[in-house]
Amino acid sequence: MIPIKVLVPSGVLGLGFDLEALNNGLKNNPDIISIDGGSTDSGPYSLGSGTSKYSRAAIKAEWKSLMIAREKANVPLVIGSCGTCGTNGMVDWMENITIELAEELNQNIKIAKLYCQQEKNFIKKNFQLSKIYPLNPAPMLNDQLIEEMTNIVALAGAEQIQECINTRAEIILAGRTTDTAIISALPLMKGADPGSSWHGAKVVECGALCSTNPTSGVVMVEFDKTGFTVEPMSKNAFCTSETVAAHMLYENADPYILHEPGGYMDVTYSNYYNIDKKKVRVEGAKWHLSKQYCVKLEGAKIAGYQTSLLVLLRDKKYVENVKKWTDKLLKFLKKEINERMDIDTSEYSLEFRHIGLNSILGELEKNIRSPLEVGVLCLITSKNQLSTEIAKLINPFLLHFPLSSYEELPTFAFPFSPVHSDRGCVYEFVLNHILELDNPMDAFQIETSEV
Amino acid sequence: MLTLGEKVRKIRSKNAGPFWITIDIFCGNKKIYKEVCKKLKNSEIINLLMISEQQLKRFEIDDLNVIKFSFPRKIIQGDIFDRDMHGAQLAVLLSEMKF
Repeated sequence: MIPIKVLVPSGVLGLGFDLEALNNGLKNNPDIISIDGGSTDSGPYSLGSGTSKYSRAAIKAEWKSLMIAREKANVPLVIGSCGTCGTNGMVDWMENITIELAEELNQNIKIAKLYCQQEKNFIKKNFQLSKIYPLNPAPMLNDQLIEEMTNIVALAGAEQIQECINTRAEIILAGRTTDTAIISALPLMKGADPGSSWHGAKVVECGALCSTNPTSGVVMVEFDKTGFTVEPMSKNAFCTSETVAAHMLYENADPYILHEPGGYMDVTYSNYYNIDKKKVRVEGAKWHLSKQYCVKLEGAKIAGYQTSLLVLLRDKKYVENVKKWTDKLLKFLKKEINERMDIDTSEYSLEFRHIGLNSILGELEKNIRSPLEVGVLCLITSKNQLSTEIAKLINPFLLHFPLSSYEELPTFAFPFSPVHSDRGCVYEFVLNHILELDNPMDAFQIETSEV
Repeated sequence: MLTLGEKVRKIRSKNAGPFWITIDIFCGNKKIYKEVCKKLKNSEIINLLMISEQQLKRFEIDDLNVIKFSFPRKIIQGDIFDRDMHGAQLAVLLSEMKF
């Protein structure tokens, strides 16, 4: 086979990349340009609300550079997990940006869109047919929970991206995909070693994070019948056998195994060595085909409506007794909320976090010392939209609540007006499951258009 | 007495998807790696993270001089009770361990 070169401009669209490095990449004649557009790493809000984490302006500016690069190289440009979460709405959002840019750049292009969002009825049907399996750990699934989810996506693998490549589209806008599939799809199609196709894709899925200069972004990976070679495109970046091997550790619970649609890769017996001071050669990864073709599901539902308040304490007595103060205040407030608003404690959650003591590690904190000042973050999450009203009830007590009834009313520091901040709707991840498919395209649709 | 963080080159923690956290201890060289492998007991990690023994996965990666721990999150990423969405500050607990 002729080796296949995949140019990866960065770990994700929206994070920025070195333009000079991108141009170096183009000079090396890539066969495809692949970039990731999303992740669950920023939490459930993106999937729950079906919105992008990055600003449209940042996405458009970077996508413009890549559309220009694609035209120069005359090869397909693929983005996976459009708009962070990869819902259908975000694929269309990305198409909209692409159409605007095509007009601005005077480009005529064929676009293929891969839709990965799942209908609730389709998920319910598969759940009833026992074609959905929990991973460890997984929330307990039932029809009601499926009904409550705002968005459900399935992660596409190499097969679905290959279907898009087969349409001969110049730009492929994919919904939720595995980070690796947009990179492994073409080399797998062209007969590269399967284990190495996935392994190489995993190594470069975060762009230049596998090199000595992560922020430079751009890397090229070349696949062939026995392995892959990875090289950063910035003149200030180098790959070493250690930087490349270490990337298997990153965001991976198991440093040797990576599950993908259709099987898993095992890098236990991989060898890494420097060809020169920039390039690393890797061979030896194994691909294990699974008996059943499965794709991973992601889903989010509304966790509630959230309002926060922040009060700052500098008074020594209160700083030293802050835990006691908030325990007492919490008990008092629950009673007040029940009596004055007729809201039962089961309808909301009220939590105090002590910034300066253990607000990050909570009960795991081993090193609590009395600080000079302490911030008390009050979080209210309610099932209905009552969190703002609860916050308003809490406000005066947060300002004046005394430790004992024998003292004058204290007054603490509020840094904001209004004191409360409405955080709106908050979401939670509720799926860590896989879906069995007879045919890889059964849960996915492709649409093409020309602009 | 040194802390584990002072002994090794780097300790980092991060989500491995919304349901898991993984911690990598980069020892820096073979001598320190072997020492840490020998002395760092799973029971200490379990106590530190307040998880059960069955939940902890331990990997010793000789080629990289890395010891890796992975375990399921007690609170799913981004849940209303989650305090650190990326799990990246958890590494401090291991760094400050007496070694």
